[in-house]
Amino acid sequence: MKISKLFNAGLIVTVGLLALSGCKPKAPGSVDTGDAASKVYVAPGKYDEFYNIVSGGFNGQMSVVGLPSGRVFKIVPVFSVHPENGYGFSEESKAMLNTSHGFVPWDDLHHIALSVTNGEHDGRWAFGNANNTPRVARVDLTTFETTEILEIPNSAGNHSSPFITANSEYIVASSRFSVPIGDDKSRDVPISTYKENFKGTVSFIRADKEGEMNIAFQLVTPGVNFDLARAGKQKSHGWFFFSTYNTEQAHTLLEVNASQKDKDFIMAVNWKKAEEYIKAGKGKVTKAKYVHNTLDHKSGIAKSTMVDEVIQLNIKDFPDIAYFIPCPKSPHGTDVDPTGEYIVGSGKLAAVIPVFSFTKMLKAIESKDYEGTYDGMPVLKYESVLKGEVVKPGLGPLHTEFDGKGYAYTSMFVSSEVVKWDIEKLEVVDRAPTYYSVGHLMVPGGPTTKPHGKYLVAYNKITKDRYLPTGPELAHSAQLYDISGEKIKLLLDFPTIGEPHYAEALPASLIKDKQVKFYPLEENTHPYATKSPEASKIERKGKEVHVYMTSIRSHFGPDNIEGIKLGDEVYFHVTNLEQDWDVPHGFAVKGANTAETLIMPGATQTLKWVPDRVGVFPFYCTDFCSALHQEMQGYIRVSPASSNVSLIYSLGK
Amino acid sequence: MKNNFNMILLFFGVVLFAACGGESGGTTDQSVSEDAPTGLGQSGVPDDESARNVVQVAIASKDHSTLVTAVKTAGLVDVLSNVGPFTVFAPVNAAFDALPSGTVESLLKPENKSKLSDILEYHVYVGVIRPAIYNDGMTLNQVNGKNVTLGKQGDAMTVNGAKVLGYVECANGIVYVIDKVLLPE
Repeated sequence: MKISKLFNAGLIVTVGLLALSGCKPKAPGSVDTGDAASKVYVAPGKYDEFYNIVSGGFNGQMSVVGLPSGRVFKIVPVFSVHPENGYGFSEESKAMLNTSHGFVPWDDLHHIALSVTNGEHDGRWAFGNANNTPRVARVDLTTFETTEILEIPNSAGNHSSPFITANSEYIVASSRFSVPIGDDKSRDVPISTYKENFKGTVSFIRADKEGEMNIAFQLVTPGVNFDLARAGKQKSHGWFFFSTYNTEQAHTLLEVNASQKDKDFIMAVNWKKAEEYIKAGKGKVTKAKYVHNTLDHKSGIAKSTMVDEVIQLNIKDFPDIAYFIPCPKSPHGTDVDPTGEYIVGSGKLAAVIPVFSFTKMLKAIESKDYEGTYDGMPVLKYESVLKGEVVKPGLGPLHTEFDGKGYAYTSMFVSSEVVKWDIEKLEVVDRAPTYYSVGHLMVPGGPTTKPHGKYLVAYNKITKDRYLPTGPELAHSAQLYDISGEKIKLLLDFPTIGEPHYAEALPASLIKDKQVKFYPLEENTHPYATKSPEASKIERKGKEVHVYMTSIRSHFGPDNIEGIKLGDEVYFHVTNLEQDWDVPHGFAVKGANTAETLIMPGATQTLKWVPDRVGVFPFYCTDFCSALHQEMQGYIRVSPASSNVSLIYSLGK
Repeated sequence: MKNNFNMILLFFGVVLFAACGGESGGTTDQSVSEDAPTGLGQSGVPDDESARNVVQVAIASKDHSTLVTAVKTAGLVDVLSNVGPFTVFAPVNAAFDALPSGTVESLLKPENKSKLSDILEYHVYVGVIRPAIYNDGMTLNQVNGKNVTLGKQGDAMTVNGAKVLGYVECANGIVYVIDKVLLPE
């Protein structure tokens, strides 16, 4: 044992020395272009050119980042609670996180879809998906608040979401995990009966009116894994393309069993046709249970509504809705070029990037150019739909974006690079390393009909030595490249928040002048709003005590409260009376089993407090609001349940 | 707020402030890819939606042009555009006119900037003293470090004997319009 240990040590030392002598140390991925700094430098007081809305992955948020600087402006909580502003903690916001499973305080937000009109960004909304407990969310780009969340029934692993149609008619939600659906009896089946009993679903969610998201129809499909999707645009508007894997229908060790076939499929869906069937009453109304949460702008209060049915179309019964296009090796990204003609499949285990032609697809459908069937449905002939293949582009192609100048950029996870290729000629023209193992990549406007082909950002999965190390867990790295010229140039390397998957970016000029600065007090319809200091009061309703409190530089009204008894539930309804940009007030009270609330000017937020002992407890403003912020405080006295202390409140007395 | 303000003006029977106009305090167009930053402080923030701050209110008042000139000369515009909160005693033009001849001209000279600042800072308190807590005999320690004494008889308010002619609640505090310049001893 001892000997062998020594031997091993010796071997390691020898090998190590050899390795060291074999390569000269160099700075990997350091920028050698002297003007890179000036290209990302945004002088103090100046603005970035693009807003980059970045998914937060397992942190459940969206980040708002400036490009080209890489500076983070905001974290927008979507599917996860956010102590910073009380999202998911305040009485008003809790309902946003309601689901049919109850309150779910976390999720995994993977993809961003920005609203579009005629295929171009219109700066109204950002949509995001919840991967774990399937949901989609809308974020208003004038307030950067989550204003709507819709749960998706009959879905598991909402990964293939929330990609959007060219006029924001629909966002989609398709199931990564197929599961048994239907009534309790249909759902309680052995896992080994995957092939017979498990189904995929693809939901088309009407999304063009705020507060009114609803599932227009849900396609029921064979049990496969849906991965990603893109809507057609221009000539292919009316179609949607979904990548699938595990068409082997394995239910265990997918690492091996889902990679058996040479080709999986891109499922092309004619959603306009599906709409016609729905209009003609062909949809099957099925029982379901899912929640729709909306935020009322005027009161700031979120409410949840339970929905109990969904309209389904089984694609097997409507053969002209969906067609299967063979695509090599577990395709991940399926991306449509700005003209709408080409659909790029990225088989993550494939040695080629197939590029399909929409025109050829229509022709193949018309001439029934099939190479077989899948679960009884026609599979189009690969060669008949294919424009051609990009041969040996790199290893592990995942996603493709476009620059609007005839080039596509594909991320290569395994070979850690971004590869630029000519869409017409299908030839690789340049490649640039990423640090390391790039996942998604993004060109501002990349998925639209009008990409701004100036920058490209790579969102990497592996960080290792890119920044000063911070223990085992490292921030995910992103790299910004200049793609305005022939060669891809690395400009900047910056850390991100959570785990970014997809991101989008839009010109700052589209939204920067539409930002809400505060909420007009006169429009506040919160039932507990207190619109002037004189209107402050306290009401006892049995064990519930409602404090109608105001905050304004630099005091709360009232700031002294007595007469609370053990067993009471105290609701601090705090209205921020300010009507001034960037003057939120916070509120926190000792021992509260929740987060602070952060109240925007003109808004009302409620913090619930259940005192657990007798005493006098302080509360204070948590946001450094003014020169007298540290004076912005108060006391609340709690007496025994049997006490006779009467309910009194005061300010300045 | 505007309504309250109008009522107060009516009560005191003087028209002190012009309606809040479009003046936005030296805004700069900070659009993308603009030239070098201007170096303006908070007074340069482009914002024509928020409630007006004490400086914007003073600037909008024809009866406070001397005060505004003095505040600009002393370099206090950005300071008073801060979140504050402030209580500002704002002497009307006539109050400056009543000073011995040549006083204002002298104070506005560059070499007297610190003296001017001292006087102006004597008119500012950090904190908001709204009428409800404006009490007779109350002293306020002003920004320049010296105290003023408030007076109140019924609804009539004074500061160091100067009469309060009206008041305006502002985003970052309150402005009391007064009929005399307060001079620190």
